[in-house]
Amino acid sequence: MILFGNQTNSIWRTAQVSLVTIVLGAWLYSTIFRESITEDVIYAFSVVTLTQLLIAAGRYGWMRYATRSSRGHRATEIVRPAWQWSAAWVILCVIVGYFLGVHLGNMIIGDPEVALTMTTRTRMVSLSIATGLIPAMFVTFYYYSVSRISRIELQAQTALRSAVESQLKLLESQLEPHMLFNTLANLRVLMIDDPRRAQGMLDRLIGYLRGTLSASRAKMHPLHSEFDRILDYLELMAIRMGSRLHFEIALPPALSDAPCPPFLLQPLVENAIKHGLEPQVQGGRIYVTAKLEGRVMILRVRDTGAGLSGASTEGTHFGMKQVRERLAALYGSRASVVLAPAADAEGGAVATVSIPMPSASSASVTLKGTP
Amino acid sequence: MTVTAMIAEDEALLAANLNSELKALWPELQIVASVADGQSAVDEALRLQPDILFLDIRMPKMTGLEGAQALVEDWHTGEKEFPLLVFVTAYDQYAIQAFERAAFDYLLKPVESARLAASCARLRQRLKTRVLPRNDSGALDDVVRQIRELLTSKTSDASSNATDRSAPDRLTMIQVSMGSTITMVPVEQVLFFEASDKYVRVVTAQNSHLIRTSLRELMERLDPAIFWQIHRSAVVRCDAIASANRDESGKLTLTLHEHAERLSVSRMYADHFRGM
Repeated sequence: MILFGNQTNSIWRTAQVSLVTIVLGAWLYSTIFRESITEDVIYAFSVVTLTQLLIAAGRYGWMRYATRSSRGHRATEIVRPAWQWSAAWVILCVIVGYFLGVHLGNMIIGDPEVALTMTTRTRMVSLSIATGLIPAMFVTFYYYSVSRISRIELQAQTALRSAVESQLKLLESQLEPHMLFNTLANLRVLMIDDPRRAQGMLDRLIGYLRGTLSASRAKMHPLHSEFDRILDYLELMAIRMGSRLHFEIALPPALSDAPCPPFLLQPLVENAIKHGLEPQVQGGRIYVTAKLEGRVMILRVRDTGAGLSGASTEGTHFGMKQVRERLAALYGSRASVVLAPAADAEGGAVATVSIPMPSASSASVTLKGTP
Repeated sequence: MTVTAMIAEDEALLAANLNSELKALWPELQIVASVADGQSAVDEALRLQPDILFLDIRMPKMTGLEGAQALVEDWHTGEKEFPLLVFVTAYDQYAIQAFERAAFDYLLKPVESARLAASCARLRQRLKTRVLPRNDSGALDDVVRQIRELLTSKTSDASSNATDRSAPDRLTMIQVSMGSTITMVPVEQVLFFEASDKYVRVVTAQNSHLIRTSLRELMERLDPAIFWQIHRSAVVRCDAIASANRDESGKLTLTLHEHAERLSVSRMYADHFRGM
């Protein structure tokens, strides 16, 4: 009965519930007790209105209290009261509303004897309240179900849309047009000046594109494939950036077949270039490493670039968010990614990904035979 | 008269290629410099005053757009006409729309020879009409208008694009950290903000503080009706301004009510100050 949500929406819904309850209640009353329908409408109206006002007052009071105790949160994030409290409050409102409403009805009609007599008081009151409550509960339940169904539908739609969106974003970031066209521009130049280097660059681009396409299909690939794609990407960037980019990538043979979500490190390497190296005229170095710590695989992307206090943090957040969301979807809370300033004198930033290693047997089963 | 050009492009191969293709297409064109970052582009263009400037968009230190704005603000009138700008970009659909609206020349990477030839022909044509005597400041006003158009359409694209960014949460307090203490400076006490390198100077009637942020980020959280940008590196609270004075060369300078410092208004933002 206590429905949170859009303010005007909930007022409109309350009005609908009240109106239907008044009509149904008055009809039931006049049928059961053989009374005048006009008088019963007046009684039903005053009882329902007072009850709804009391419930609304309670809801408003709670909102005020909750907003004050959770300052900083938005209104939509306010915690709902436990259902027991809501139910107790509603029952209290119904009882108080009933007596006050009957009293109000008596005053309007000007006949103090109609509803209650002393002798039959308890029986009359409970019967009367029950007669009023049945339509009220029925109507409330109906509206509650309708709003619940539409809310569930909305949630499902939102979830679907965000899943599709994030997949699209991932693909878009892998096939970043700026990177693609700049690479092609370089290729176009090398074709005349240095055909052999052009061929090498084209091979890297082919490897990168093939990797991108197969990555959107596979859920996992071996870590050496991940490192190969990063090597392709860095080689392409090295041709473009010349002496401004130096890199080292190191994959221990023991981890070469460890499963890794495809293109997981890509946004981190891209960020290291875009936000670390590109803002610096002199460029810098990038290190990509993997190691095993207990049962956790640690992947690091480190740059000696501009560091994290620079102005353009927006893009960094997007890349990090993407990696974080993928890790959460695949591993829950067992995996993490952290971006921090590099601790040594060379400066720059280091992104650290921690992924739980599957038990030795399952790893070899899933990835044995993959080239 | 020899025509001079300058190239600002951070990728060495692309810069060298543009240079050689231009030489082949337009042998009389003299390429006086080739630089690899936005700041050098502005400095060198101010020093060498080329007729044409090819500007890459994504460059270290300053983007091509920021560079163009800085160049317009710092260009000396009366010496030579403002260079014809040609923006070069790999892919940026918003920028391209903005260039077209603002009627700027642009080239898409990879630059096709035919496209470059057409662009050169147009540049030649425009230089020819420019040789006719013309009021200098008039030409610069055109560029100012073009760049203003470019900047506004850029920002409107950005804001319509950011659907998930809710209403900007306005800054009410500026927290200045100095060692282990944090000084609270209410925004309404700030007279002006001035960018210097990686810092922004926050000036009140009594004090001046340094905060480590960019003016652009700060401005997103200030009310534009109250805080007016008057230069790429300065934002002033409008009711702190006492008067705006124009000198013989047309340069605008602001005096403030509660501060002795005088602030100069760049020609990009001069239209804030027009008598009623």
